[in-house]
Amino acid sequence: MGIVMNMSRRTALLGVAGVAGVAGMAAVASNNSSDAALAAVPTDEPGQLPALREKVNLVAPPFVHPHQQAANRPPVIKEFKLTVEEKKIVIDDDGTTMQAMTYNGSIPGPLMVVHQGDYIELTLVNPDTNTMAHNIDFHAATGALGGAEFTLVNPGEQAVLRFKATRPGVFVYHCAPGGPMIPWHVVSGMSGAVMILPRDGLKDGAGKPLRYDRIFYIGENEFYIPRDEKGKFKSYDSLGDSYADTEQAMRGLIPSHVVFNGKVGALTGKNAMTARVGETVLIVHSQANRDTRPHLIGGHGDYVWEQGKFSNAPATNLETWFVRGGSAGAALYTFRQPGIYAYVNHNLIEAALLGATAHFKVEGTWNDDLMIQVQPPGPIAKTARGS
Amino acid sequence: MRNAVTIASTLLLLFVVQAASNSLQAASIEAPQLAQVKPATFRYWAAGEFTRAGKPVDAPQVEVRIRRLFSIMVHQVTVGEYRRCVADNACAPLADDSAKDNLPAVMVSWRDAQSYAAWLSRKLGAHYRLPTDEEWTYAAGSRAPDESPLGVGDAISRWVARYNRESKLQPSDPTPQPIGSFGANENGLLDIAGNVWEWTDTCFTRSVIEDGKPRAVTTNCGVRIAEGRHRAYISDFIRDARGGGCAVGLPPSNLGFRLVRDSKPYWWF
Repeated sequence: MGIVMNMSRRTALLGVAGVAGVAGMAAVASNNSSDAALAAVPTDEPGQLPALREKVNLVAPPFVHPHQQAANRPPVIKEFKLTVEEKKIVIDDDGTTMQAMTYNGSIPGPLMVVHQGDYIELTLVNPDTNTMAHNIDFHAATGALGGAEFTLVNPGEQAVLRFKATRPGVFVYHCAPGGPMIPWHVVSGMSGAVMILPRDGLKDGAGKPLRYDRIFYIGENEFYIPRDEKGKFKSYDSLGDSYADTEQAMRGLIPSHVVFNGKVGALTGKNAMTARVGETVLIVHSQANRDTRPHLIGGHGDYVWEQGKFSNAPATNLETWFVRGGSAGAALYTFRQPGIYAYVNHNLIEAALLGATAHFKVEGTWNDDLMIQVQPPGPIAKTARGS
Repeated sequence: MRNAVTIASTLLLLFVVQAASNSLQAASIEAPQLAQVKPATFRYWAAGEFTRAGKPVDAPQVEVRIRRLFSIMVHQVTVGEYRRCVADNACAPLADDSAKDNLPAVMVSWRDAQSYAAWLSRKLGAHYRLPTDEEWTYAAGSRAPDESPLGVGDAISRWVARYNRESKLQPSDPTPQPIGSFGANENGLLDIAGNVWEWTDTCFTRSVIEDGKPRAVTTNCGVRIAEGRHRAYISDFIRDARGGGCAVGLPPSNLGFRLVRDSKPYWWF
């Protein structure tokens, strides 16, 4: 592995020239359809790293750091920093604990937002208070296992990775240290997402601009907490102690918890998300491991990028959409009625019993035309025919 | 005269026999600590749902008269106490086998509470039952939840206002705590409106308000009131309301109960 990394690093340093060669060839290509596809992928001028850098301060989910929807300047290098934090957390109201592995202390890790053509430069820090090696695989990146090959850091180490945001969309990132460690780190909480916006912002299928007033990032995770002989969830003093039992539970493929934002009820009550009637909300939803089917109870997906990629026209008027495990999706909705909405994984067992429910609290004026309670519940009327 | 004496002595005999058998049974289990509640009149935000002229309205505040002296348990039924009923095969086992004895018995349904009350009544020769919502509210005193109107217009705004109110009240730590952890109210009752919601006997009722007076039109006794930091309506077979019940409410952290002892003797019923 060390040899591969050295070669890759050298290639990376030379890489600009290498890439230039490939791009140049694509430009004079024949009618071969795969070359046409290559040419369709936007490439900046070879060898031209943006001059501008911008440091971005990440924000804990479900909120997202401030950003432009349509880029108002040429591509930049956006600098991000993620610090790995291993910690014991409480994941439900029974006090069930989990030895978690997190980016920046949150499950999911924070959403990073850039524009197509920008570069993401990530500093990954693994403090020596941690016990495990970690890395990061960006599904948006190209090569080296998404960057995992270049970023494996032991406790006490850091690494810096830069990749070009070539494809617009929402993409998962997750830890992938190798072999069985990969699923274990992911189901212990180590995933997040990036959003690469088209430079002129989101558009519908006809090219009409779509803008959001608020954005929420909802990371869905499933956990596999081991149980003792009596069926009670077990608790562990360290990550290492928890591995054997957890791996066993994982093999059953049935999670004990399916949660949004790292804990049952994390986005309800005082932490319910808020909006106003007339506001348009973008909900980015990632699931790094397992399929899910988001649904906004009382609402819809006005425009949904179900597969999460903005080069595809969004589907419209969806009731429930599908986010395949290992991906992120994005849904745009303009609230039309006030009240409480539940945003769920519409396997209702997972929503109600395993934790996959969030709430939106929306203020505004009710629209009687869209819905009206003609008659509130009351005694059954007796008909004239006496039936 | 002779007949009267015969009747009187027969009744006396019955009373003595019952008292004797009571004391035999009572030898095996302690009577719970009780606080006496005197008859009283108090103002109470009515439970259930109300409409006026076909439109949903806030519940009215009504005057309630507690007519009879009754006693209410000083603390919620504990794990240790409930386990006695399970050992006697009169109650379904608790979900958490390993809970400590001095914790309140939780994950208990209304039906479980009924089984326990019936068993305790038999064991102690007295009539134990769940309090009505009025009795519980009166005994809770200053700790009774605020069920006053939310002061907003339409049903939807009221829904959001209720959600906000309940959000503020939700216990930060839902883990059951040893008896007494939430302190006593002015009536000497422990842990009222802590993180355990307590079953009452009161059914869900839908009422109409006519001429300013509420009149019950539908009663669903498959749903009972559980009282705590806010009033909750829960199906009687539910042991764990946290799964949600509805998609959007703030459910009770735990379901448990305490009982009332009527002043009438057991054999009166």
